Amino acid sequence: MGETIVQSSQHHVTLSIKDLCGGRSNTLAFSNVNLEIKSGEVVVLRGANGAGKTTLLRTLAGLTRAVSGHVDIKGKANTPLTASDSALFAGHLDGLKSGLSAKENAVFWSKLYGVDNFENRIISAFAELGLSDYTDRPASTLSAGQRRRLGLARLLIVDRPLWLLDEPTASMDAEASQKVCEIIERHCVSGGLVVIATHDKLDIPSARIVSLSSQ
Amino acid sequence: MNAIWAIIGRDVRLGFAGGGGASQTLIFFGLTLVLFALAVGPDQQALASISGPVIWTSVLLAKFLSLDRVFQSDFEDGSLDLIVQRTPTLGVLVIAKATAHWLTTSALLIVFSPIAAILLNLSSDRYIALALSLAVGTPALSLIGTIGAALTFPMRRASALTTILVGPLYAPSLIFGVAATASGQPNDILFSPAILFLGASSLMALVVAPLAGGMALRLNMN
Repeated sequence: MGETIVQSSQHHVTLSIKDLCGGRSNTLAFSNVNLEIKSGEVVVLRGANGAGKTTLLRTLAGLTRAVSGHVDIKGKANTPLTASDSALFAGHLDGLKSGLSAKENAVFWSKLYGVDNFENRIISAFAELGLSDYTDRPASTLSAGQRRRLGLARLLIVDRPLWLLDEPTASMDAEASQKVCEIIERHCVSGGLVVIATHDKLDIPSARIVSLSSQ
Repeated sequence: MNAIWAIIGRDVRLGFAGGGGASQTLIFFGLTLVLFALAVGPDQQALASISGPVIWTSVLLAKFLSLDRVFQSDFEDGSLDLIVQRTPTLGVLVIAKATAHWLTTSALLIVFSPIAAILLNLSSDRYIALALSLAVGTPALSLIGTIGAALTFPMRRASALTTILVGPLYAPSLIFGVAATASGQPNDILFSPAILFLGASSLMALVVAPLAGGMALRLNMN
């Protein structure tokens, strides 16, 4: 992996989850989740398959409607924030278009999220995640681990305080997983907040573990 | 609004990229016309008399071909989550997707419609009427088709179901599109009843598609 470090701005965000119940297709996946997560914290969601980890992340991202309960995202001076403007969701699918090159995918995300001066951020993010040699390669020709890294490059290119990550280290080798952990810790040092759903062991000592039980 | 332009730009780019939907639509359209021409045989008068209906039917069939991919490819690779999170409302996303679909299918077919007209021996004084009827009528096809695509995108092999759902809704556009082409009066074609009805269909679809398509998307995202 490269030595380049993508600078993110200083964040302040809090996530408050109260009595949250949610599910998909009329099936309750999780219920009565209560969490207060402060700026700089990492929360790792654990639980068996079907415990509702992914559905909880999707609900926090505003992609799935909650059955009941509240999710409040607040910024500096308790300013209410929307998930659309403050959260970045990286699901278990990478969101890559196979017909576009790695850089073209990154440029699309930059435009989608309204990133200014994205060229430099893309170069830095690719360098940090060891993707510089694959800039012009079609995404379809990348390995599963490279595709995962490219998907996560979005976190560095788009500057958002709240990261919602679903199995971020899936398909990655040990070195790449370690790099992802470093990036997550750095984001938290800058005031960001990260919620991760994973079965993998992550090297983030400060992470708070939250267990979800199957319904 | 930048997000909307980004989505349209990306979809158009992917549509025209190698193996994208645009080339398939055009090839399918051309193939259908050639098969019709071969089936009719050497009778030029018979070919000319059915050319308008055949071209319009071929346009409809060609548009069916790419409908299931409007949301499905984004759903399968995970980019639909990113797009949905960034668009102001799902209705706006439906319009953006329909616009990109129109640009990669209908716009191309309109450009090539004079060649189709020559191939099927359509009277030369009807070329303008044909192109105009396609330009005014096909936005309704993309908008209605996007509703069907929003309803079926989580299903595998949804193409047939999408066609069954939206096919009957294409009937008014087909009827008045053929009527507009048949009228063939270049002087007052712009205000002919058939063109006005096609325009009304497209405007009505512009109102209905964001509501119905947005609800279908929300239903399937949950």
